Amino acid sequence: MNNWKPSASLAMLKRRAQLLANIRRFFMQRNVLEVETPALSQAANSDPYIESFALDKEGRFLHTSPEYAMKRLLVAGSGDIYQICKVWRKEEAGSYHNPEFTLLEYYRVGFDYQRLMQEVELLITLLLTLKKPAKYYSYEQLFIEFLQLNPHKTDHSSLIACVKNKIPRLEMGDEASWSKQDLLDVLLTHYLEPLFDKDCLTFLYDYPVTQSALANIRITAKEIEPAVAERFEVYYGAVELANGYQELTDANKNAQVIAKELEQRKQQQQRVLPKDQYFLEAMERGMPKTSGVAIGIDRLLMCVARKNKIEQVISFAWDRA
Amino acid sequence: MANYNTSEFRSGLKFILDGDPYTIVENDIVKPGKGQAFNRVKIRNLKTGRVIDKTWKSGESVEAADVMEVEMEYLYTDGEFWHFMEPTTYEQHAADSNAVADVLKWLKGQEVYQVTLWNGTPLSIVPPNFIELKITECDPGVQGNTAQGATKPAVVETGAAIKVPLFVEEGEMVKIDTRSGEYLSRAK
Repeated sequence: MNNWKPSASLAMLKRRAQLLANIRRFFMQRNVLEVETPALSQAANSDPYIESFALDKEGRFLHTSPEYAMKRLLVAGSGDIYQICKVWRKEEAGSYHNPEFTLLEYYRVGFDYQRLMQEVELLITLLLTLKKPAKYYSYEQLFIEFLQLNPHKTDHSSLIACVKNKIPRLEMGDEASWSKQDLLDVLLTHYLEPLFDKDCLTFLYDYPVTQSALANIRITAKEIEPAVAERFEVYYGAVELANGYQELTDANKNAQVIAKELEQRKQQQQRVLPKDQYFLEAMERGMPKTSGVAIGIDRLLMCVARKNKIEQVISFAWDRA
Repeated sequence: MANYNTSEFRSGLKFILDGDPYTIVENDIVKPGKGQAFNRVKIRNLKTGRVIDKTWKSGESVEAADVMEVEMEYLYTDGEFWHFMEPTTYEQHAADSNAVADVLKWLKGQEVYQVTLWNGTPLSIVPPNFIELKITECDPGVQGNTAQGATKPAVVETGAAIKVPLFVEEGEMVKIDTRSGEYLSRAK
């Protein structure tokens, strides 16, 4: 009956406007250029865990992030850029998920991901007016400290045993249907994230290579240490806010990642997608060494305003859109 | 038997887990930055009423439960079973003592109840929100004392113990809210 009304209060919409103004001032002060890229493109994100909304007749897809197009700008010589835009992912709506949401995506040319993490800490600390400094864990450190297991070296059966022990609520079903990464994911989301300090940021970095996406993979010369993906995530309490990368700049490796993801989609009988040729061509031209990060604005606002339902910070949430 | 995929999870969905029927109370999704999504679900055991937390990997499925809610009239008890009837089909169903445990103190002949059937057998029974019952036991009424909020104990025809205002007399019909067990008013 009242579904014509906004799902967020008018006061919340003012806080949203203020948050966006603060972000724009932050980047203005640092000479990072605000850009716009197409929301409807001819190619789609190939990540098998992310599904795009498609306009079938027109052969277009709503973007799930502005990553590919922004990287083309970087290749074209844009220098540091940021964008605040709506993105769409075909997934269930939930307390922290709205299929249409607002992303801040930004790239710093010449930064390595460690330096970008420092800047993201500063940005979010300012936006959330946090008092305590962030905590930093590598993926390996986190699993060793709280679960006494090395995520890169442990085997499938030890992980199954650990999951059964730590997450009794899980209905596991067929153990063979769980990949090692699925098991690490469930431990992270159901056991480790809830342990994060409630009133400060937590940075998690150096992911297993199975979670690299378009992050650079670091292999140590002597191969003593396991290879890791130079990727990070940022949490406030247990809420995941951001996902950053030391961007993969090698054209061949980028093409391989996309080909592999498309192959995986085919095997899993997911939608077949066209390759983003423009992106791949741009990579051939040579992308500068860059680090980039995507930050969820709606979740950031939830943290600013201490709300626990995403619909409370969106003018018209999914079921009212 | 049909299955439900996690993408169909909604509150109220009925399914089987470890041989027991459950209903979904709350469904939420958890997704790491890259990788597998999970459904975090609160479910209620329809036999015991217990609410528990469960997680499924998104994309998994559960077995649908043949659970229906049907309005039925209460007929009588033979001491072992309590017999209900569907008013339109006259079909009768026998509920055991587990199924009627919570509703026993509000069971009255010819009253209509919400019966949850699982594979055709009554699983639980919910009384109407408001019910009119006769007072079978209470101290004599006190005239003139009608609005001070003072109460006295009373027992109604179904055996339930309630509190009634001082002016209510034995043998009177009263209206009761079965959810709180509170006296509401005298019945006409």
